[in-house]
Amino acid sequence: MQPLNLLLLTMVLAVVAYGLGYARSRALAMPLGGVRHLKSLPGYYGVRAAIWCGVPALIILALWAAFEGKVIQSIVVGTLPETMIPDSAGEASLLMSKIGNVANGSLPPGFVEEPVAKAAELLQALQVQSKIYMTGLVVAVALLAGFLGWIRIRPLLNAREQVEAVLRWFFFACAGVAVLTTVGIVFSVVFETIRFFEQVPFLEFFFGTSWSPQLALRTDQVGSEGAFGMIPLFTGTLLISFIAMLIAAPVGLMSAIYLSEYANKRVRSIVKPLLEMLAGIPTVVYGFFAALTVAPFISDLASAIGVEASSQSALAAGLVMGIMIIPFVSSLSDDVINAVPQSLRDGSLALGATQSETMKKVIFPAALPGIMGGLLLAVSRAIGETMIVVMAAGLAANLTANPLETVTTVTVQIVTLLVGDQEFDSAKTLAAFALGAMLFIATLLLNVIALKIVRKYREQYD
Amino acid sequence: MTDHTSQAELVRRSLKRRYRKERRFRAYGIMAIAIALTALITLFTDIVGKGYTGFLKTTVTLEVTMDPDLMYLDDPTDSKQVRMADFVSPLVAAVDDALPGATADDQDALRRLINPYASTELRDALIENPEWMGTTRTMSFLVHSNVDVYVKHKGDAAYSIKLTEQQQSWVDELRERGLIETGFNDVFFTNGDSRDPAKAGVLGAIVGSLLTMIITLVLAFPIGVAAAIYLEEFAPRNRLTDFIEVNINNLAAVPSIIFGLLGLAIFINLFGMPRSVPVVGGLVLTLMTLPTIIISSRAAIKSVPPSVREAAEGIGASKMQVVLHHVLPLALPGMLTGSIIGMAQALGETAPLLLIGMVAFIVEVPEGFFDAATVLPVQVFLWAGSPELAFIERASAAIMVLLAFLMTMNAMAIWLRKRLERRW
Repeated sequence: MQPLNLLLLTMVLAVVAYGLGYARSRALAMPLGGVRHLKSLPGYYGVRAAIWCGVPALIILALWAAFEGKVIQSIVVGTLPETMIPDSAGEASLLMSKIGNVANGSLPPGFVEEPVAKAAELLQALQVQSKIYMTGLVVAVALLAGFLGWIRIRPLLNAREQVEAVLRWFFFACAGVAVLTTVGIVFSVVFETIRFFEQVPFLEFFFGTSWSPQLALRTDQVGSEGAFGMIPLFTGTLLISFIAMLIAAPVGLMSAIYLSEYANKRVRSIVKPLLEMLAGIPTVVYGFFAALTVAPFISDLASAIGVEASSQSALAAGLVMGIMIIPFVSSLSDDVINAVPQSLRDGSLALGATQSETMKKVIFPAALPGIMGGLLLAVSRAIGETMIVVMAAGLAANLTANPLETVTTVTVQIVTLLVGDQEFDSAKTLAAFALGAMLFIATLLLNVIALKIVRKYREQYD
Repeated sequence: MTDHTSQAELVRRSLKRRYRKERRFRAYGIMAIAIALTALITLFTDIVGKGYTGFLKTTVTLEVTMDPDLMYLDDPTDSKQVRMADFVSPLVAAVDDALPGATADDQDALRRLINPYASTELRDALIENPEWMGTTRTMSFLVHSNVDVYVKHKGDAAYSIKLTEQQQSWVDELRERGLIETGFNDVFFTNGDSRDPAKAGVLGAIVGSLLTMIITLVLAFPIGVAAAIYLEEFAPRNRLTDFIEVNINNLAAVPSIIFGLLGLAIFINLFGMPRSVPVVGGLVLTLMTLPTIIISSRAAIKSVPPSVREAAEGIGASKMQVVLHHVLPLALPGMLTGSIIGMAQALGETAPLLLIGMVAFIVEVPEGFFDAATVLPVQVFLWAGSPELAFIERASAAIMVLLAFLMTMNAMAIWLRKRLERRW
């Protein structure tokens, strides 16, 4: 049976177990003089039986479905003769897809080597067997465990406490998913990064000024090594983020100040949602806008005033990224400005300061740490932003500070290195993971610092 | 005394300057808002201006004679032969007939006026209705995408460079006679992707997005709510809880592309899941939206007043009963609102899906969670990268479809908040 159908079947069995458990608890209670002589309400006995029936079966199903492919693959590869055992991951996946194609009939067995045809037969047989075993095991466990759960129902059994304990563990496990995700991220980048540094020296990656991760077609080719210096990517990322912040910081901050200090309720209620709309627009839309409208506009404008500008300038990507970050800056600064106690405002105004003087000399200094924290968060978002730069910034890794030239960023390189077919152990793909690791660390640091500043600031006035 | 008046005089004199500063400061604020709003308006008008033509298609009405000789058939009743017949010649002949000025040398130029798929349509129609063989029928076909953009953007030189002047005058003539018409582009909503812009549609991407979103919703909502309940109601105040909280806050700020790396390394390479499928996309987006849902669900739980909890506890409910029977139903509207906003984010997300291979060129509309698929934003990305102008307008139109979905979701969230959320 297919895993999805089996999942449905297990759920049906669990529902049946609920009904049986419910009925049994009532039946046990009747001679004692009614449901009130049970330790818990009948529904809890039902849920308990359903948990016994469903949970172990579902765990087995999940494990089986997750590891079935790998186990079968290793058995099939194990039957091949010595000479055909693949040396690299690429060859292995090629061989497996060949065997798979023979097994599902899209490649006639006569076209391949004898052992491959045999392996395909074995693969097919194993797949059928695995499905049968899985179905048998899951159904058997569901029935057996369900029966055990059902038979052990006693009037004195505190089913509610047991059910609640299981639920509590379930809640805890769900909260743990966040930790697992972080662990998953760290593991997925760390191993590949270590493998990358086995092939490329540490110093070259951090201090090299040229980046051209071309994959060599032959090992003896000129320049087959590629160059993996991340300095140009790093400066490119910083340049674009800097342009973005140059737009987003003043515009976001000033609009937040205006909305919180000057605008009346009506203006606020119209302008605020409009600004938030900017935050809700998908980044791919900004990328489209940057690549097809802003970039050509800038290069036309530059050539009109006699300056050379690339059609994929850092300026276009940075400008549009700045627009994207405006609402982010403005809502964070809005929170921070509103958190400044009203008494500071009143005191300053009472001394005869104008509103702008109050803002500049009293509120802004008081809110400065919070605003800095917000800006740091915005920078971290700009650094990690992908689609705008993939679509509007270029691929050429230039080491330049000229915003009219093409630069490339860390995220652009991750996408270009990993989209499409890839060999998993070449320095080229591993480089993407190393870049990912750098990006993760950089944004993590920025976030931790920013959150710390913001929290400290909040505590000051709470 | 004199000293005092001069002080007041000083202040009075500085007032003008100070008020000017005040006005300037205020003007900066208005300017900032104006800049942001102008950007928003420019963005929308640009997309609409570029893309509204994507919702239009151009068709040509032709008198097609299904002449067996022209199709190189010796036995018109043999269905096997009909399948292999030449369906381009009758179409070209029909265009030739419609244009009295064309000569025999123009066959090639005439052929390039109609859509390359028109012959397939004609074949399918003839196989379905064998009695049409030998008759002349009035049928309408899509035009070639070069003609399509030329008709839609009359007068714009950028859109006519792919047609010769001769072809342009033919198209103008057919248009004047009402044979070439522009209508609502139903193809755009009923087809998957295609190499030919005139046949390309968003249905495949919409279904792919829908499948991915179903996975995300089914996983992220229960897990997010359960995690929020644990952290708000059951978690003891200790190191572990702090660690979980720090993790959630940091994950909310991790760049989305990192989740793509996670999906590639863990789901595809470690677990051996297939590439390009909605299940993996849904899993990655689940992990990405989970922090948003957890944070908003916690806020919703926090807003339930303690009096409700105390009343329930007072009549003997267990902690779990208090939470499940009282707190959760009251917090649910807030949780739903947060989840819809999280889902809207996930629907617009592109970068992580690029890394798990959802960028393949896929013509068929996906039918299940394990079919290769793409999603709306990725479809926009793919079309936007095409050098063909006809694809650019499709990308714009797809953006409008995407924005329409997002706006509906956000409107739903606002409506839910207004309708169901209680103020205590």
